[in-house]
Amino acid sequence: MQKFTTLTATATPFPRVNVDTDIIIPAKHLKSIKRTGFGEHAFESVRYTSDGKLIDDNVFDGPRYRGSKILITGDNFGCGSSREHAPWAISEMGFRVIIAPSFADIFSGNCVKNGILTVSLPQEHVDALVIAAEAGHEICVNLTDQTVTCQNAQYGFEFSPAHKEMLLDGLDEVGQTLQSSAAIGTFEDKQKLLTPWLFKDGARAERS
Amino acid sequence: MMPKTMPTTMYDKIWANHVVEDRGDGFVLLYIDRHLVHEVTSPQAFDGLRAAGRTVRRIDSIIAVPDHNVPTKDRDQPNPDPMSTAQLEALEANAREFGLDYIEMDDARQGIVHVVGPEQGFTQPGVTLVCGDSHTSTHGAFGALAFGIGTSEVEHVLATQTLQLKKSKNMRVTVSGTLPVGCSAKDVALAIIGEIGTAGGTGYVIEYAGPVIEALSMEGRMTLCNMSIEAGARAGLVAPDDKTIDYMRGRPYAPKAGQFESAASHWRALKSDEGATFDKEIILDGSEIVPLVTWGTSPEDVVPVLAFVPEPADFPDPAKQEAAEKALDYMGLEAGQAITDIPVDRVFIGSCTNSRIEDMREAAAIVEGRHVAEGVIEAMIVPGSGLVKLQAEEEGLDRVFLDAGFQWRDPGCSMCLAMNPDRAGPGEHVASTSNRNFVGRQGPGARTHLVSPAMAAAAAVAGHFVDVRDF
Repeated sequence: MQKFTTLTATATPFPRVNVDTDIIIPAKHLKSIKRTGFGEHAFESVRYTSDGKLIDDNVFDGPRYRGSKILITGDNFGCGSSREHAPWAISEMGFRVIIAPSFADIFSGNCVKNGILTVSLPQEHVDALVIAAEAGHEICVNLTDQTVTCQNAQYGFEFSPAHKEMLLDGLDEVGQTLQSSAAIGTFEDKQKLLTPWLFKDGARAERS
Repeated sequence: MMPKTMPTTMYDKIWANHVVEDRGDGFVLLYIDRHLVHEVTSPQAFDGLRAAGRTVRRIDSIIAVPDHNVPTKDRDQPNPDPMSTAQLEALEANAREFGLDYIEMDDARQGIVHVVGPEQGFTQPGVTLVCGDSHTSTHGAFGALAFGIGTSEVEHVLATQTLQLKKSKNMRVTVSGTLPVGCSAKDVALAIIGEIGTAGGTGYVIEYAGPVIEALSMEGRMTLCNMSIEAGARAGLVAPDDKTIDYMRGRPYAPKAGQFESAASHWRALKSDEGATFDKEIILDGSEIVPLVTWGTSPEDVVPVLAFVPEPADFPDPAKQEAAEKALDYMGLEAGQAITDIPVDRVFIGSCTNSRIEDMREAAAIVEGRHVAEGVIEAMIVPGSGLVKLQAEEEGLDRVFLDAGFQWRDPGCSMCLAMNPDRAGPGEHVASTSNRNFVGRQGPGARTHLVSPAMAAAAAVAGHFVDVRDF
């Protein structure tokens, strides 16, 4: 996983509430068996006309915010489907940070696993950053210090220490958990006694 | 286990029963008992396993079944979509390579993961159950802690049988009174989301309680828990009772005869203790619930069928005002328009929310002896599984639907998310029993209105939304 420490970049303002993962990447584009190729279809209903032509001055492709690596958006971002294709698509668009008043639970978890930092800030700070982004100002996001700095303003943000460590180190979470294999095995032995019907013999005995 | 003196919620009990180890900062390693795998969110997870030289820890914890992408007609013909075919073939190949229980597309047990799991007795009270699909919350109807996960987490569960998770907060939604005739679990779900909003449950697990919930069938409870994610809650829960235990008996993956009674007593002990505290409590009067219809592009945009499309300026929050304006524009609706004046172009009865036998019966009861209105382009019934389809056919429901001009399809997710050819055209209004009215969800430009099966059936007959209580 790609590490994240600090980033200074311009930002794309997309201050819309309840942006669901169907908006981020529609289901018809989820047929790939790879992790790549989703960026071009991201935010399709915002970027393309109904007959598939790119809208030149849309917020994501127009010259104004080209090269930005921070997405600033509205409350409850990433609600709906659990598809990890959403953070894959956002990552492919070049974004490493998403700033919003709040995020849906599954989406923010998926972001961490893909090296994307989700920063929750109060609405008034998000509003101020939208204005700064529209003016083309750079924003600095520092995960180590947990701060967002823009011009003269600096905002602190909360972030789970465990997720912070994962992002700072670019950790392989599966590898980390596998170090607890013995504990998992001990737990399983206990469960086999407590709920034997959940294990192979019990679970499959009556299958036709 | 918590000491007996401290009253505990059902969620806290199931959580405590599955903690493998505490990892600090509120995170634990949580053991996962059950894993449902489908074709869309799993191929990258299996690739990840292979790339790292890892394997599946417990194949007996998994059922793999294709659902999102499968065609719902002409299954004997070659699939014209090569990308769908590749994804379906990848699921089968992965299931075979790792030795998983795999249900083929032409097996009678095939269907939507969230219909198949309960039907097979794979979903059980007290288990932790995950799937790479947000509607995994459905299985909470059994008192299982069930929630959707992303593909990285699918890989994590395959390899380790655990997840690194932080505990959610407890919310209880109590629905008192008696549900009026003409209303069903779908209306209860929409009423709750209308009340608390699509982010109202974020960070919580919702336990549903009260007389209305107790009176719901297992199918109804599944419909309700299914929509928990639409309220922002990763999981919903209903306490196991006699209905739950009766439902479990004799199902293929359920505990066998010699173990069933000890399993049942384990299940009965799961309910929240008297006096357990919840971080948030919501109380709704179920007797006040009426048939509901969504008018916008978020499930919280819901009004009674006899009401009118709201005025965006009437919302207190400026962001919501703007969202409502956008929604009305997308939906092609005017503020003040009667909901019953909205014409219906297409009808979809199906999805993990409403495709079980009870939903089929509810729709058939409305449709019997009537016909789909002339202006309706297509009215489609998509049973949730092959077994639901067979049961409905045994009861003669397929004849009722076909005689009324509905299409009777093969099981799958279908027009709920329009990954397969089942979709609505731009600008078309769809009366849909699915769970999401998001922009473009049922096809680019499609206008989804979420309703109960009875309301969808009535709309098909009338050609516009109509109060099913008058039918």
